[in-house]
Amino acid sequence: MSLYEKTIHELHGMLIKKEISAEELTKDVLARMDQVEDKVKSFVFREEKEKAIAQAKGVDEKISRGEKVGPLAGIPMAYNDNICTKGIRTTCSSKMLADFVPPYDAFVAEKIGEAQSVFIGKTNMDEFGIGSSTESSFFYPTRNPWNLNLVPGGSGGGAAAAVAADEAVFALGSDILNPAAFCGVVAMKPTYGRVSRYGLAGSTSSLEQVGPVTKDVTDCALVLGAIAGHDPKDSTSAPGDVPRYDEFLTGDIKGMHIGIPKEYFGNEFDPEVKDAVLSAVKKMEELGAHVDEVSLPHTPYVMSAYHVIAAAEASSVLARYEGVRYGYRREDVPDIEALYRTTRTEGFGPAVKRRIILGTYFLSSGQIDVYYKKALQTRTLVKEDFDRAFEKYDLLVSPTCPGTAFPLGTQADDILNGTGLYTVPPCVAGIPAISLPCGLVQGLPVGLQIMGPAFAEEKILNAAFAYQQRGGFPRIKPSLSGEGK
Amino acid sequence: MAVTIKDVEKTAFLARIDLSEEEKNKFTEEIKIILDHVENFVDLNTENIPPTINILPLYNVMRDDITRPSLDKNAVFQNTSHEEDGMFKVPKIL
Amino acid sequence: MTDSKYEVVIGLEVHTELKTNTKIFCSCSTEFGGEPNTHVCPGCLGMPGVLPVLNKRVVDFAIMAGLALNCQIAEFSKFDRKHYFYPDLPTSYQISQFDQPICKNGYLEIDINGEQKRIGINRIHMEEDASKLVHGGASIATSSYSLVDYNRGGVPLLEIVSEPDIRSPEEARAYLEKLKSILEYTEVSDCKMQEGSLRCDANVSVMPKGSKEFGTRVEIKNLNSFRALKKALEYEVMRHIQALEEGEPLIQETRTWDENKGITLSMRTKEEAHDYRYFPDPDLVPVIISREWVEEIRRNLPELPQARKERFMREYGLPAYDASIITSSKALAEYFDACVALYPEAKTVSNWLMGDLIRSLNAEDQDIRDCRIRPEMLVEMLRLIDNKTISGKIAKTVFEEMFQSGKKPADIVKEKGLVQITDQGEIEAMVDQVIEANPKSVEDFKSGKEKAIGFLVGQVMKLSKGKANPNMVNELLRKKLK
Repeated sequence: MSLYEKTIHELHGMLIKKEISAEELTKDVLARMDQVEDKVKSFVFREEKEKAIAQAKGVDEKISRGEKVGPLAGIPMAYNDNICTKGIRTTCSSKMLADFVPPYDAFVAEKIGEAQSVFIGKTNMDEFGIGSSTESSFFYPTRNPWNLNLVPGGSGGGAAAAVAADEAVFALGSDILNPAAFCGVVAMKPTYGRVSRYGLAGSTSSLEQVGPVTKDVTDCALVLGAIAGHDPKDSTSAPGDVPRYDEFLTGDIKGMHIGIPKEYFGNEFDPEVKDAVLSAVKKMEELGAHVDEVSLPHTPYVMSAYHVIAAAEASSVLARYEGVRYGYRREDVPDIEALYRTTRTEGFGPAVKRRIILGTYFLSSGQIDVYYKKALQTRTLVKEDFDRAFEKYDLLVSPTCPGTAFPLGTQADDILNGTGLYTVPPCVAGIPAISLPCGLVQGLPVGLQIMGPAFAEEKILNAAFAYQQRGGFPRIKPSLSGEGK
Repeated sequence: MAVTIKDVEKTAFLARIDLSEEEKNKFTEEIKIILDHVENFVDLNTENIPPTINILPLYNVMRDDITRPSLDKNAVFQNTSHEEDGMFKVPKIL
Repeated sequence: MTDSKYEVVIGLEVHTELKTNTKIFCSCSTEFGGEPNTHVCPGCLGMPGVLPVLNKRVVDFAIMAGLALNCQIAEFSKFDRKHYFYPDLPTSYQISQFDQPICKNGYLEIDINGEQKRIGINRIHMEEDASKLVHGGASIATSSYSLVDYNRGGVPLLEIVSEPDIRSPEEARAYLEKLKSILEYTEVSDCKMQEGSLRCDANVSVMPKGSKEFGTRVEIKNLNSFRALKKALEYEVMRHIQALEEGEPLIQETRTWDENKGITLSMRTKEEAHDYRYFPDPDLVPVIISREWVEEIRRNLPELPQARKERFMREYGLPAYDASIITSSKALAEYFDACVALYPEAKTVSNWLMGDLIRSLNAEDQDIRDCRIRPEMLVEMLRLIDNKTISGKIAKTVFEEMFQSGKKPADIVKEKGLVQITDQGEIEAMVDQVIEANPKSVEDFKSGKEKAIGFLVGQVMKLSKGKANPNMVNELLRKKLK
């Protein structure tokens, strides 16, 4: 196996045993990127090779001096391009920020810097995270490594595609569960507040969290451990210590109570996907878990609440992009109003504009109580559904998406496409969820989603680990096939 | 609730986004679709249900009143070419 | 104006910048007058992904102001976003408080024609200040471009909204003076109107007396001095009455005060163009104020104007009028305290403060804190009067010179040769000279016209260039004319 195919924990072992150097590893991953990036187009920015190698050499020196290094040291990684990186262009895949260079690091970028991973690039996404296929990127769509004619999912599709195509050993992004499912990798959305949002240039405030995209569950636990924790610069950041997530990976789920939300298994989806998920559930049962059906009665309202909250927050958060201090600016305008209108009309793509207008409408006088207040109340009911379920069950299991990856150009305009049907509820309720591969349907990966109560990431990770280690579904590799046209 | 082109125009003005006639029609249709979808929860009984603004029950998250260094001048203006006398230049304010 | 046919209804919205070290939601300095854009960070420049974190002292100060203004302090308070596009607002929304402000239902009392009147305070809320715009040309309307300095953006503000209890421009002025005084006493703001740390907008309407319907309400912006407040309201009330008399319609609108022309002007904003779309800021969490927190602040509440006024009357025996004027400004009261500590003749000090000092400050539009005459200098001057080095009249010259130059009184007296003449022989010579030169007045006096002596004393004083001791002049004249 080539180095670029390996996991963090495998590579860490080799690094500290000095079987390989971080420099060697970095060169190998960069070479892999050279080899496949033209096909996959995961990245919107690639770090200069010399700089990446210099970072790796720094880690090698530490190791050769006998200094102890953490599990992420020397591991090549990428950020989704809505994570601010000091001195490095951060675009949110938008024309609006195509030249924006933040003078600050996101909290997670600081943490990864401290962990001494090797930064190799920024990955593509739907513009400002609005979309579910990475096709609304201002730059270009990213391809699914399993079939280059298909989308990688979204909004954080570049991160998942990069890890799936072995162009990075791990990546960080927000809104990565569905891309992880489509690309056959592991991703976790932590509990709201578990990871600081400082420097996450999102389009919402109350729905997004940064999480890891990795090749396996152990790596996921290691990366989450590195980025979680309280941040005084984020008022919504949870206080308290972060567990050593990797120490919870025993693989023992005997006696664990797992609920299957019956509302998630309606007619919406592909029967083969359903079979794949149910057979994964069966495996977990075989490993000693008790599995039962559970009801989340407000499920039919989740998407409505999400549409309203996401749009309302986007209309507010994205109002700062008006051309005065940074970002796209239309020149030669007669007055400030013209500056605002031309900058925003030309700087945002159609999906973003649609969401801003929708959100502005939801918040406008006369509508705010009908929609926004209602959405926040619905959110309370959705949260209570989960609270009740978690009184009886340790975890809930569902598909990550109702189907597998779809062809490029087919659903970009489908504003209500169902890819978020199962990944949205954990966002609305603020609970953690993981997606990991549980099978292939017609050669395409299917994602298994495991949800848990707030701050029960270790429980989720252990269940995912048990399934991945003992469930009979091995790590899977994409073929990079297809036309890519 | 029926949304009209006029609503979309007013909303686009508030959001400072210009729409072509074609876009106005398209957005109005799309917004209708979303509103139709969202309509289902308008009938959901939420009387006496408190809204969830913050998911975590945090309160009184505050910092001490201690100054920290501000950005240096280069960083302040590194993303614009519209600097004059250490300030950001904007066209005529109406 | 005082036309008894009409009733005037005024409410004031006062914004005061809080005297914290840092901004409300980031750790940049709030210092006034720095180089443009030197007190800014990614947060107060509205850069992507940067989040607000509340400054605890802002909440402390808001509670303190609320207590000083007899408000109820909310147990639960939250922040909301108010959306509008303007170049002084980097995120295109202002973080403010909408439906759950920190303080409600307070009041303050004003003296109006010797009577106390209570003016209600509807609410006090916390918010962030906007940034400063510098215009390329003479005014915003004539400039082809403007420049933005974000230093002031994010400085904490309290917005204090009165009930519409104010019935005249005089009352409005008295309200603002009292509010300023209370805020200064609590030390939450330095209330320097010249620097914009205290700003006022007014809502005014006029209706026929006894009418059940309010008149058309007009908002006047940027009333940034007591004078402007009073003049603008007087103008606006007159304009409304005139319109009512002539049956002309009034428009509900926002107007601005033009200091130079002495008139209010329509700002011609399209009211329907605004929809602030307030919603709770999801980047911030609520503020829950325990009663212990409130009580702790109440314990630390400094002496307020009313209490200090009573103390001045009690301890120093000042008349109520003097005490109320001197305590109306915290800085003036402190100045007075400092003088009396050195010179216990409280009434003498009070006379100088209420007379020459306040007059000179007003004439120069100067704040007492910037006054060149420090308390010890004023006291030194009073001692020079007491030991007869200078006369009371000369003291006025010395005072004026101190005020302008900041020199010590003894130095001024020496430099200008203002030492009082108390030499018997010297004065006698001048008295003789005046008697000889004014036989008519001498005659008048001798024939019983008491007033003539005043003229003769004046002539001697003139001859001595004001330096002769007036008591000695008087005595000698009377002796010689007996």
